[in-house]
Amino acid sequence: MIERKNLIARILLFAGLIAGAFLSLAPFYWMFIAATHSTGEIFALPPNLLPGKHLLSNLANLQAEVGLARVVFNSTILAVVYTIVTVFLSAMAGYAFAKFQFRGRDAIFFGVLITIMVPYQATLIPLFSTMAKLGWINTYKAVLTPNLANAFGIFLMRQNMQAVPTEMIEAGRIDGCSEFGTFMRIVLPSMRPALAALAIYMFMFQWNNFMWPLVVLNDPKMYTIPVALSSLIGLSRIDYGQLMLGASVSTLPIMAVFLILQRQFISGILSGSVKG
Amino acid sequence: MTGGPRRRARSFSRLTPYLFIAPAVILFSIFTIYPIIASFLLSFQTRQAGSYVFAGLANYARLISDDYFLTALLNNFTILAIQVPVQLVLALLIAVGLNSALVRFKGAFRVAYFMPAITALVAYSVVFVILLNTDFGLVNYFLHSILKLPKIDWLANPFWAKVGLMMAITWRWTGYNMVIMLAGLQQISGELYEAANIDGAGTVQRFFRITVPMLKPIILFAFILSTIGTLQLFDEPYILTKGGPNNATLTAALYIYRQGFQYFDFGYASAISYVLVAIIAVLSWFQLKIGGADSD
Repeated sequence: MIERKNLIARILLFAGLIAGAFLSLAPFYWMFIAATHSTGEIFALPPNLLPGKHLLSNLANLQAEVGLARVVFNSTILAVVYTIVTVFLSAMAGYAFAKFQFRGRDAIFFGVLITIMVPYQATLIPLFSTMAKLGWINTYKAVLTPNLANAFGIFLMRQNMQAVPTEMIEAGRIDGCSEFGTFMRIVLPSMRPALAALAIYMFMFQWNNFMWPLVVLNDPKMYTIPVALSSLIGLSRIDYGQLMLGASVSTLPIMAVFLILQRQFISGILSGSVKG
Repeated sequence: MTGGPRRRARSFSRLTPYLFIAPAVILFSIFTIYPIIASFLLSFQTRQAGSYVFAGLANYARLISDDYFLTALLNNFTILAIQVPVQLVLALLIAVGLNSALVRFKGAFRVAYFMPAITALVAYSVVFVILLNTDFGLVNYFLHSILKLPKIDWLANPFWAKVGLMMAITWRWTGYNMVIMLAGLQQISGELYEAANIDGAGTVQRFFRITVPMLKPIILFAFILSTIGTLQLFDEPYILTKGGPNNATLTAALYIYRQGFQYFDFGYASAISYVLVAIIAVLSWFQLKIGGADSD
């Protein structure tokens, strides 16, 4: 009797979970399929659920409409540079906050931390004015600089750096390494998993970032993928095949990293959950 | 080894830690601290003949009778009151289901449910623009052609536009919250459940007597995150509806963008953003207070 009840519960549970997983994944399938269709085919009833023949023409149209190659290049270079610099700066600061005693340490750290609570909208206007005064509108630096020093990254690195054994650092000093050399050759290599998790989070943040690039970029040549997508949807006649191809281009790289590095990816994103 | 302790005590230059934090702290001061202060000051200023002059509380006074602002706030709170609880309950149920000993392929399920959380907000929003299309969207196709229900005017009807927006957000964030809760569930000791079994507790009882109380800190954490996210909602309504129809999906962040970067009223936009800061601070504080009150 209990066996039987258990079996029914198991089947119901499994069916429910499958249905939920289907709802999670179906929009992805549909996005990729629609990227290979023309607008007319996308809006056909009953819907086309198999790949079509318009992938190349959508690609050509997207290149003509928003300069896809340039836009992908912009997004890539911004995300890569941002990730490297931010992770490095966070690691340096986190290391000092975790492993050194110095005057003002706790006050400075608290000052950094408290800003995590302030929503970014509150900084938007003065940041924009600053960029305008500097003549940085429509430049990579305008997109990059505001978030380079990232309170969350510093916080996370400080937490992780506390696990670095002090003996290890002192061994480096005794061996004649400079302070910076010790950091580069001994501390950083021992922090690889935490650095990878932070890097994934930061890359995704910049790759997907929308509101700030929207504000400081108004030259289509400088657009990132999300800004280019939003410009497509503002057109009076929307080409949905292009739009879905653009959404696919935005999603594919992150999806590939996710499928390869699931564990690091999830821990990276969850560690970043403070920024929602 | 007489040198040991002395070397330990003074082995780095006094300046070293400051050099390590300097790049981050300098950038941080210019691009985070300064703007936070500047926009606070700006919120008390108004533009006259091209320059900003002190205007006291004029911007804040204007807010109180600004119907657009009040509509936007009401929209944010409507979404907060409906979408956030729905999403968290769904996330909790899925997490409990996945955590149960009955289920196989846990890893694959976790990947499937987490997948929406990797998409750019803009990218998934444009996908939903088509899925929710009234005449040709898959959602209406399913409702109309298969279930024989009337078509719904998603995105063009003020009521359904809100529903559509909430559906999209739920799709994007449920799996994310589920993974947070799943991590919490795995920390709960199996012995608690075994003891409850011996005492004859059923599935529902175990859920409410053990799972929910043990998971309370995690649920609270997810709740605060979702609250902050909802109050800052921008990308989805910007893409899906531009705040329409008839401002039914106008959010506070969208209104800040409108005032700041379409009307270039920086003082007023700053005042709106500071009201948002205050609301988020107060709500987070309340949630912590209420959530913490009976937890220990």
